[in-house]
Amino acid sequence: MARLIRLDRTGHTTLAEWTHGDEAAQEQAVQAFRRELDAGMLASVSREDGTAEVVRELPLDEELVVLRRPIAGG
Amino acid sequence: MIRPDVATPAGYLGEVAPLWWRERPSARTLRRHGRLWTAWTAATATPFFGAGAFLLWLEPLTFPVALASFAHGWVIPELYARRGAVSVVPMGGRRSVSRKPTADEDAERAALGLLGDLLGHDTRELLARTGLVLERGRLGAWLVGEQGAMLVRSGGRRVDCWCVRIADPGSLPAGDRVAHLLLALREDEAGFATVANLAFSGAAWRVRRRMPKRARPALDAARDAAR
Repeated sequence: MARLIRLDRTGHTTLAEWTHGDEAAQEQAVQAFRRELDAGMLASVSREDGTAEVVRELPLDEELVVLRRPIAGG
Repeated sequence: MIRPDVATPAGYLGEVAPLWWRERPSARTLRRHGRLWTAWTAATATPFFGAGAFLLWLEPLTFPVALASFAHGWVIPELYARRGAVSVVPMGGRRSVSRKPTADEDAERAALGLLGDLLGHDTRELLARTGLVLERGRLGAWLVGEQGAMLVRSGGRRVDCWCVRIADPGSLPAGDRVAHLLLALREDEAGFATVANLAFSGAAWRVRRRMPKRARPALDAARDAAR
């Protein structure tokens, strides 16, 4: 089960879950993903080499996509 | 609001786009900034040592004034190092949001769980002990807190302290704040350093003694990782 989560005041919130072949759940996840990006969130997926990659379209083949807020200089 | 789909090359941090005038740091530019920082510190501190020595040469009875001048020259680099050390806020420390009366324990626990999932066993253990996350990068070994980050450069002797935070943290729990900075660092290390503001660059020993005692082992581990 793949998940789209948002880091927020509750710790994190699962916005969508989907499995391979469940097109309705995938479509809901894509809509949720776009809504969050439009609200200013940034999305990333972790890679096996320890890096993370910024994603601008929901990668449906990933297990976990994390939405975070922008950072800034202090 | 940052639109990551606008003017940001693939693989770059979205937050870098509005900062187009800033140079993306590299090992070479960090060395250059470090040398400039040292030169500036020397330029501000040395005159006080010079003035003290001149007074003693002129009249040994001015010893108290000369001593005050020497102290002034000593304090300036210490203040810079202190600024660098306090720019990094360890989780669970005195300045942590998790210590505020308004902190939500359930949220803190959930955030810590997710942060733990992002880390390896040793890093998780170091975080529990020190409140800082150690992350190895191409520029050196990073220590990430709720706010701010330290970069121990190759060799382990020099530390750069960076002011960086979540733009609009709201009431995010401590673990989430660290996770935000860690993810951004992993997404684009040079971009992370572009967004952050350099607060101090200098000797690791100078910063270490200004850090909370609990966080010092994290700097030791980062120095080991950078050697």
